Amino acid sequence: MIPSTELPPSADLAGKEPVFHIHGVTKIYRMGDVEVHALRGVDLDLYAGEFVVVLGPSGSGKSTLLNILGGLDVPTAGEVHYLDHQLTGAGDAALTRFRREHVGFVFQFYNLIPSLTALENVALVTEIADHPMDPAEALRMVDLGERLHHFPSQLSGGEQQRVAIARAVAKRPDILLCDEPTGALDYPTGKLVLEVLERINRELGTIAVVITHNAAIAGMAGRVIRVGSGRIVEITRNERRISPSELSW
Amino acid sequence: MTALHHKLFRDLSRMTGQMVAITAVLACGIATYVTMRASYDSLLFARSEYYSEYRFADVFAHVKRAPEALARSIAEIPGVAAVQTRIVTDVTLDVPGLEEPATARLVSIPARRVPLLNDLFLRQGRYIEADRRDEIVISEAFAAANQLKTGDSVDAVVNGKWERLRVAGIGLSPEYLYEVKPGEIFPDNRRFGVLWISRETLEAAFDMKESFNDLALTLSQGASELEVIERLDHLLEPYGGLGAYGRSDQISYRFIADELTELRTMGLILPTIFLAIVAFLLHVVMSRLVATERSQIAVLKAFGYGRLDIAGHYLKFGLLAALPGSVLGIAGGLWLGSLFTGVYARYFHFPVLRLQPNSYLLLSAVAVGAGAACIGALSAARRAVALAPAEAMRPESPEQFRAGVLEHSGLMTWIAPATRMIVRNLSRRPWKALATALGIALAVSILVVGRYTIDSVNYLVDLQFRVMQREDLTIAFQEPRPEHARYELAQLPGVLQVETFREVPARLRFGHRSRKTSILGTTPEDTLRPLLDRSLTRIEVPGEGIVLNSRLGEILGAPPGSQIQIEVLEGARPVRVVTVAGWVDQPIGLGTYMRAGALHRMMREAGTISGAHLKVDPRRAARLYSLLKRTPSISAVAVKEVALASFWKSYGDTIWISTTMLVGFASVIAFGIVYNGLRIALSERGHELASLRVLGYTRAEIGRILLGEQGLLLVLAIPFGLALGYALSFLTSHALARDLIRLPLVIGPVSYTYAGGIVVAAGLLSGLVVIQRLAHMDLTEVLKSRE
Repeated sequence: MIPSTELPPSADLAGKEPVFHIHGVTKIYRMGDVEVHALRGVDLDLYAGEFVVVLGPSGSGKSTLLNILGGLDVPTAGEVHYLDHQLTGAGDAALTRFRREHVGFVFQFYNLIPSLTALENVALVTEIADHPMDPAEALRMVDLGERLHHFPSQLSGGEQQRVAIARAVAKRPDILLCDEPTGALDYPTGKLVLEVLERINRELGTIAVVITHNAAIAGMAGRVIRVGSGRIVEITRNERRISPSELSW
Repeated sequence: MTALHHKLFRDLSRMTGQMVAITAVLACGIATYVTMRASYDSLLFARSEYYSEYRFADVFAHVKRAPEALARSIAEIPGVAAVQTRIVTDVTLDVPGLEEPATARLVSIPARRVPLLNDLFLRQGRYIEADRRDEIVISEAFAAANQLKTGDSVDAVVNGKWERLRVAGIGLSPEYLYEVKPGEIFPDNRRFGVLWISRETLEAAFDMKESFNDLALTLSQGASELEVIERLDHLLEPYGGLGAYGRSDQISYRFIADELTELRTMGLILPTIFLAIVAFLLHVVMSRLVATERSQIAVLKAFGYGRLDIAGHYLKFGLLAALPGSVLGIAGGLWLGSLFTGVYARYFHFPVLRLQPNSYLLLSAVAVGAGAACIGALSAARRAVALAPAEAMRPESPEQFRAGVLEHSGLMTWIAPATRMIVRNLSRRPWKALATALGIALAVSILVVGRYTIDSVNYLVDLQFRVMQREDLTIAFQEPRPEHARYELAQLPGVLQVETFREVPARLRFGHRSRKTSILGTTPEDTLRPLLDRSLTRIEVPGEGIVLNSRLGEILGAPPGSQIQIEVLEGARPVRVVTVAGWVDQPIGLGTYMRAGALHRMMREAGTISGAHLKVDPRRAARLYSLLKRTPSISAVAVKEVALASFWKSYGDTIWISTTMLVGFASVIAFGIVYNGLRIALSERGHELASLRVLGYTRAEIGRILLGEQGLLLVLAIPFGLALGYALSFLTSHALARDLIRLPLVIGPVSYTYAGGIVVAAGLLSGLVVIQRLAHMDLTEVLKSRE
């Protein structure tokens, strides 16, 4: 097994201060009588505006990494820094504030509130954010301007995921964390969603972290992080990023 | 409205059935609270206004005859503020249109109106005129029952002479707030009334010039009632004093005080039970909601909603169920409260008795409802707050099942898989099963308590009027008569059987405790009024000693075998020390009993009688009544059947209103609990049942699994609920025990059947609703959802 190492930042990242800096992060779950080592000493820096794809098979620890980055979970050991905030050891209130102000989540199963319309699902987040977009505008960004008042049950899977993306970006987060955003979608719809993510990253400068087990998606990333058995196996930098429409799997 | 509020209202509308059930139970709880508290407040207010405005006395005394000059000495007793002497006497009355003789209490009033103690409130007509000696003011209840108006007249035998009395006015006095014939418990306004008449008329009729036989006094601030009574008794003793007593022994005061205590007790117990059930139901429903919404909660948390936002969101579910429930409950409570006060106004005679709910009560009702809802939603809200977002995003892991006793015993192999599911579901979460069963049992028990009140009153009335009183007619002499008077009675037309009795007023004293009562002489030959205990066993009073009603025994603290002092308040007023031969447990009154022979010996008299119980030939009753109306030596006649009918007339709808309220509310609770239990079960098992449908189970089969589980709980809970109801009725009977009435613990089989039946009906109806939902279950949808 290759030890987890981080390649030196490439030219355009050199000299930049990382937005996220995580060091020696370990996460151990207890499942009944068994201890599960989800992460085993992970070091990683994330920089402003980059598009990162985290690749790994299921059970590799990528979701745990995402949850820790997003302040949904806390590591068993190690340090997590966001700018000059120390997230390790922060209490529930501090983590809640961190999520509220800086993080947007996109989940595999969209996790929309079924009793709220598309617009209201987005408003759910803009209402508690400091400088949010207009919810309708956020939905128009994901080409759902015509479906504002539809309930999740009246939307297709791809549409639901786009609502979820609109919900995640409407608060103008610093980082967009996407957990298998195309996992539940068919091929063309999945590509459509990835296009939206790419556009958000490009237009708003939001850090986008997409975790997936679909290696084809790696082509659109600036950096690709491969994870296996709780460790970072490899980090590669794409010299040429492929547009999502050109991806195929 | 925020997006979270949209979610709140949409989720609520999805749970309409369950929320309506909870709101209904809460409305019942708040309604009982408002009904009883508002009635309590209104009665209390009316009483205190009436008492102070019409100067209700603090101490009362009756004497045989005392000189008016004594009043000055009484006024000089330290602590006495004002004294009023009177002439009070009971006479037989002939009321137009009434076959049986009525009894009137004549109370003297000054010929010219001056402020009095126990003053008159005039409802109609005017005060008596000084020069019109035949004018009277009659009590409102008596006037209403006999349709007497001002200007009408009634005939009375006043000291052996016929007098025609003219009604000048119709009025009330705080002294007769509860207008009941002495020695009786239930009012019979047709046959007993109070007549206020000029003092001069009574002085002349009873030869009481410059004398009085009754007095009332008020105490000055801080005076000791006990000391004043002692001194007063001392002053009155030479004149045949019957023992002074304070308000707490005054019959009207006693009744309204007991009623107020009862209202306050029930106004606390019932709403508490109802609201505890609301909290329980909300707890179950909200816990389920949080369980189904765990991934939604995780999303909210992921996007930065804090603890307070989440807790507030789920508490609002409870509060939103509470608000309409409180509003409905308050409206219902005010309506029922006005019914209650309407009923109270029928036997508590106030100048004005209106339901006067204060804003504080209404605010507290809202607060109490909101409080119950918050308590119910609290643990679910806490669970939502505690949910770890990363954890909650994942679907719940399958519930853990382990092989239990049934598996190891091999019994399970004999049971069909569907039944196995039922047994495992119940045994895997025994506490949840227990809580559901407890809820159902509680509903059953409240129904039992509601029915208990009906049963015990029925039983009591039957006991009193059919078993204990076997006579048709009871007459009381104005003065004790020699025993041979029984032969005169036997000569009267229509009289089939005469059984005389001797009753002596006395004060019983044991240690520092004392109580005014009367001692009844009994013989083993008594057939019309056999002395029975609660279990209807005939009690033989021993040749010596006294038998006490056990309630009185408790009041005096005098166990069997102790020596108590008897101060007789009649004749030569002997004072004797007598052994308590035993206690007798009776549901009504505070009676004491001696053998007639022993009583005569104590009184140093030979065969004196106070009255008689008669068996009468109904065909000749009318003639007997008209004779009795004209017999001056008789002060009171009680016709049993008439008293019974009158009881049901005046009490029938009172009992009906309060028990209907209780039974109705208990039925609502039963439905609420059973329906919610099934809905929760459907929500929890929906996934599983849909899977079974996909596997080829029929709708009927999965219906059996779902209903079987709840049905099993229902069947197990009902007997437990019946037992719990019995226990609650036992507590109720103790909480409501009064000196005058102690409702016996009687619950008939019909009531048990009713209680069980309502709950089974609730179960069946709820089952139908749930089966409807099963029929509309979208299999693919259920399987797709992650929940």
